[in-house]
Amino acid sequence: MASIRFAGVRVAYPGAARPAVDGVTLAIPSACLAVLLGPSGCGKTTLLRTINRLQPIDGGRIEIDGRDTAGLDPIALRRRIGYVIQAVGLFPHLTVAQNVAVVPNLLGWDSQRVSERVDTLLAQVSLDPQSFRDRYPSQLSGGQQQRVGIARALAAEPSILLMDEPFGSVDAIVRASLQKETLALQRRTGATILFVTHDVEEALSLADMLVVMRDGHFEQTGTPAEILTHPATPFVAELVDADDALRRLSVITLGELTASAARGTPLPEEPGTIPALDAGVSLRAALAVMLETGAPRVRVMHDGREAAVLDLDTLRNAVRR
Amino acid sequence: MSWLTGHAGEIAARTLEHLLLCGTAFAIALTIALPLGLLAARRSRAGLPLIAALDAIYTIPSLALFALLIPVMGLGFWTAVTALVAYAQIILVRNVVAAIQSVPSWMVDAARGLGMTPLQVFLRVELPIAAPVAIAGARVAAVSIIAIASVAAWIDAGGLGTLIFAGIERQDIRLIAAGTLGIAALALIADGALRVAEHALRAPTPPAGG
Repeated sequence: MASIRFAGVRVAYPGAARPAVDGVTLAIPSACLAVLLGPSGCGKTTLLRTINRLQPIDGGRIEIDGRDTAGLDPIALRRRIGYVIQAVGLFPHLTVAQNVAVVPNLLGWDSQRVSERVDTLLAQVSLDPQSFRDRYPSQLSGGQQQRVGIARALAAEPSILLMDEPFGSVDAIVRASLQKETLALQRRTGATILFVTHDVEEALSLADMLVVMRDGHFEQTGTPAEILTHPATPFVAELVDADDALRRLSVITLGELTASAARGTPLPEEPGTIPALDAGVSLRAALAVMLETGAPRVRVMHDGREAAVLDLDTLRNAVRR
Repeated sequence: MSWLTGHAGEIAARTLEHLLLCGTAFAIALTIALPLGLLAARRSRAGLPLIAALDAIYTIPSLALFALLIPVMGLGFWTAVTALVAYAQIILVRNVVAAIQSVPSWMVDAARGLGMTPLQVFLRVELPIAAPVAIAGARVAAVSIIAIASVAAWIDAGGLGTLIFAGIERQDIRLIAAGTLGIAALALIADGALRVAEHALRAPTPPAGG
């Protein structure tokens, strides 16, 4: 459990025309998956690296659980923050097990504990410990290397995980499954994750909190749904393609919509003819079901009980601007 | 054949001298080049003039360098060692620099990000990755030292060069051949031994797949 707070954080590279990070302020609550989204050069990676102090700051302060990181030992700080770098970043001269064991070994765990931890972690990232422990990174596919990179970052059970465009080098199918596993892992460990990407789809599907960056400052901060439905600037609207109604539908769940909307009236029809969907399903998926089945409405199920009824008009209102 | 058995003792003695001369020079050269190379790799402001100076030494013909040292150091073993060390420096320093720079910056970044101290980054990441590259350079330096050391005979430092110079003086092709072949054999052996070390240190890169 760890919260992160940026207060007026500024990074200026010598000789650069403008600061790479220009006085940003943001509070990321514990167990939140925050995504920094923006074009290359917007300062998102620089900002990420200020957290584990790989990047010194020129102004402002960064707090973890309310403690200013400037007062902490950077080495100790980094050992309790997981770090997954761009382009995998495994050490080619070490085996998979040795790569994963780097931080536990730095922390001086005994070899029995390290070995058990390595096996647990490999299993968690869907790699069979028996067959992968003793391989070298060059013997793995891009997706497998990325899984090892995540296992290595998680090795010492960090409460904060920094991920810098971790899935940039793998193909779309592998990326989708790694994203799914990242979400599952985040729910399981309760770690606070800061995730940097320039991939809008990835950002929208992962983020609890989405931070859109441009030229070193925050253009907008909010949930993916908030940002898609109410983009604060033309830049944000264009970046996330907010005009795409289907994309907006894809980030709102049935549960979110029906929680705010009035409950539907009981249905005169036979309930059996109306599709029932879980509250966690997106509006986009619900629309697809309506189009496919020809049903004018769907029943929204919450914990197996009907919580609301949703029709096409409600969907239309949700997406109208 | 009887010539060879008659001269076996001298050839062996000269070979030992040659080995001692080159081994001493190589060891001293490495001891100096490692810190110099590290410095040059880390601080380019100090590194560039350093490399330029070493380059300048390298352009002096070997015979001239030996001759230049005589007024300062006199004749003998240590004068020869000094000249050989000076020659090997540029090869070794350049290679240490290249070796350290061959470690990709993302790897150093990952190591720091995981919480390694600067010393741990060096010992656990930079050194293992850089060592094979540096040893490849050391091979070139070793072979150069062994070859140039033949000139050492000219300043009374002994070695297999003695046989060659004696052969030229007496117009005895057998002496020249013995000296030359001995030097070539030493060079091949040194090269082979360092090649084995280089391969042993290379990061394992078995066939891809799986």
